Amino acid sequence: MRRTTVVLLSVAGLLAGCLGQDREADPTRNADAKDITLTLTANAVAGGKNAAGAEWITNWVIPRFTEAQRAKGVNATVRFEQNGAGDEDYKTKVALDFKTGGGGDVVELDGIWLGEFAQAGHVKPLDEVVGGAEVDAWDGWGRIPDAVQGLGEFEGRRYGVPMGTDGRVLFYNKELFARAGLPTDWQPRSWDDVLATATRLKALPGVWPLQLNAGTAMGEATTMQGVLPALAGTGALVHDNGKWQGATAAVKDVLGLYQRIYRDGLGDPVLQQEAKGRERSFELFAEDRIGILLEGDYFWRSVVEPRNGVAKMADRDTTVGWALIPARAPGTGVGGQDFVSMSGGGVRVVNPNTRYPGQAWEFLRFLNSAEAVKSSLSGRAQITQRTDVNEEVLAGDPMLGFVAQRVLPITRYRPGLADYPKVSAALQQATADVVAGRSPDDAARSYQEALVKAVGEDSVAVG
Amino acid sequence: MRSADRGRAGPGAAGPGSADSGRAGPAPTGARGDGPGLTDAGFANSGAADSGRAGPALAAPPAIGRDPTGLGVARAVGFVAPALLLIGLFLVFPALWTLYIGITDYQLTGPAAASPSVVGADNFTTALDDPLFTNSLWLTALFVLGSAVVGQNALGFALAWLLRRVRPGLRRTAEGFVLLAWILPGPVVAYLWFAVLSRDGGTLGLLLDRPGTAWLVEYPMACLVVFNTWRGTAFSMLLYTSALAVVPPSHLETARLAGAGGWQTVRDVVFPHIRGHVLTNTLLISLWTANDFTPFLLTAGGPNHGSEVLPVLIYRQALEGGRLGYASAVSALLLLGNLVVALVYLRLLRRRA
Repeated sequence: MRRTTVVLLSVAGLLAGCLGQDREADPTRNADAKDITLTLTANAVAGGKNAAGAEWITNWVIPRFTEAQRAKGVNATVRFEQNGAGDEDYKTKVALDFKTGGGGDVVELDGIWLGEFAQAGHVKPLDEVVGGAEVDAWDGWGRIPDAVQGLGEFEGRRYGVPMGTDGRVLFYNKELFARAGLPTDWQPRSWDDVLATATRLKALPGVWPLQLNAGTAMGEATTMQGVLPALAGTGALVHDNGKWQGATAAVKDVLGLYQRIYRDGLGDPVLQQEAKGRERSFELFAEDRIGILLEGDYFWRSVVEPRNGVAKMADRDTTVGWALIPARAPGTGVGGQDFVSMSGGGVRVVNPNTRYPGQAWEFLRFLNSAEAVKSSLSGRAQITQRTDVNEEVLAGDPMLGFVAQRVLPITRYRPGLADYPKVSAALQQATADVVAGRSPDDAARSYQEALVKAVGEDSVAVG
Repeated sequence: MRSADRGRAGPGAAGPGSADSGRAGPAPTGARGDGPGLTDAGFANSGAADSGRAGPALAAPPAIGRDPTGLGVARAVGFVAPALLLIGLFLVFPALWTLYIGITDYQLTGPAAASPSVVGADNFTTALDDPLFTNSLWLTALFVLGSAVVGQNALGFALAWLLRRVRPGLRRTAEGFVLLAWILPGPVVAYLWFAVLSRDGGTLGLLLDRPGTAWLVEYPMACLVVFNTWRGTAFSMLLYTSALAVVPPSHLETARLAGAGGWQTVRDVVFPHIRGHVLTNTLLISLWTANDFTPFLLTAGGPNHGSEVLPVLIYRQALEGGRLGYASAVSALLLLGNLVVALVYLRLLRRRA
């Protein structure tokens, strides 16, 4: 019947539309357009997640950029697609956007997603999208350190411009330290140092001495603010010489650390299993009920920040202390270091499907100009991608200055490989197992199995 | 069916106005339950009048032929085409698409997102071999049995049974509250339950004098079963309220005179009358519960997969893990499970007929 044919044809069309679409990038598309529309997609929303960033885009970026374009005789409309979702949900949404040929013209991503997105063909190297000569001509590259530029690169090619970086430290509550008779100027030299201090804090009623992110509920926060810094403290990297850490001695050491924290009552195992455990740990820290917490400088800037933080601490500047994360023992850290850290950061990419590649690149350069970057901080300090801006803004903030000077030289970045999220998930599961009461050896065995299943036996290092 | 029977039974068997028609057969007894406020004294007359009025409207069944509507095939197809198109687009196509994705290694990101390949039954065998899948299957069964088959059924019936003789105003109020649990948006309800089950000053902890108990972490499945029973009971209550109306009061009266207790009455008098309703209700609420995603709002599947029912597993694998192919295979298995359950119920229903 004819109707059947029509139905079959439309189904086939939909199938084809959903799967195999791969548009050629054309850097010269609409190069001379006088009327343009650009959309910026970010995980920021007015009055919610990254509210300051959303405000900056709405009140500074959009009017300034349209104005600059008008001066050139171009009628530009800039839309801001706001999101206020968890990182994983935002990633899913953006991936689906790209997959279906939609999405904003300039999109903010977590740097760690770049590899998967590139391998999926969701994003393409900048020189393909906007032209090699155009990209190389930008003077901004000279202001961005190579290590930071690496956040926007995959397999040696530039995909986007980094939005800044961060570093991880041990935050501690000086008031609790004073109450427990501990020095408020604290810098542990080894894991045992940290655990000994935590044991002293245990004497305080209603206080959990130490929280190290664990479990699957926290997602990537467990890996980034827990497993990876600990792993670096044993001298191992999660991906080295083309292989992922299997159930190695290093991984078992890390799981052993988790066991010592959560089975000896130094950390709250229940908190790590709650659906909103990380948010809860922020609140508890702000309420003087957690002694030591491993977090990124985001915690200082946006969580306990006295005015706009999600768990404000009015006395942040006097109460919150920070220390470098020690290796398991002095000199055992990765590269023979005494102290370790992990870093990450966001990246802005140009959508390969954009109708205005040239203008999108112009917009991206505008977003990363010294003036724009400085304005995005609106008086607050943050480690930006640009050295010229950092020199100016970090001087006023001791914590961020500390990260820029002491942490960034010793930090490590996660491998930007498509398999990384699977490995990360397996590591989260291993810590969840230990917190739930399984032995480190047992958890490591399951981890090894899961890892082999996820990435193949050849890619797993053992022993 | 029942009203058609009544229509034919009325004029055919006894004729309008006949005092006998009230007692003519089983059909008018059904009519009696439908009319609220019928007393035994007025029964014979009003029952007869009802069937008399219903009679003529349905007395002449439409002639059945090759073209009952007289539209012609082309126009008939034209009439149903929009509906068929919508069904095809929104029901058949997604189902087929899910099946198709389920046999590929489709992912959200990474190389398999650019060029997915068909892996046949791999996803299905992986699922059946995956401890996370068997864990979820077991939890889903527990969830359906605990909160739907037992919880919502029992509580819904109990409410319908107890509220049946209560003053109408009070009954409406009580029903309104039960309905509220059903019609409030999931996120709102989840938020309220967080407040009840919270570890810090949560209502339940205070009531039971167990402050600091993280109910959702320590008893995740029990919380979900209670939550879903509470949330979904309204449907069972409404269905049983109308089902109880078909139980002839004379039977209940007889049971009472014979000295039957409450439970005996329910078991031997009420239940045989509403068996069909019980089966239909159980089928519906079982399927709804098996596919319910609300647990995610409360526990997100945690702690450590302790409440990861199948819909949550599918979500986490598909969207958090990016494994669309695998998750589609699992949802196809869930679909299969639904079909099996539906078939079992239909079997039971047919046996009754």
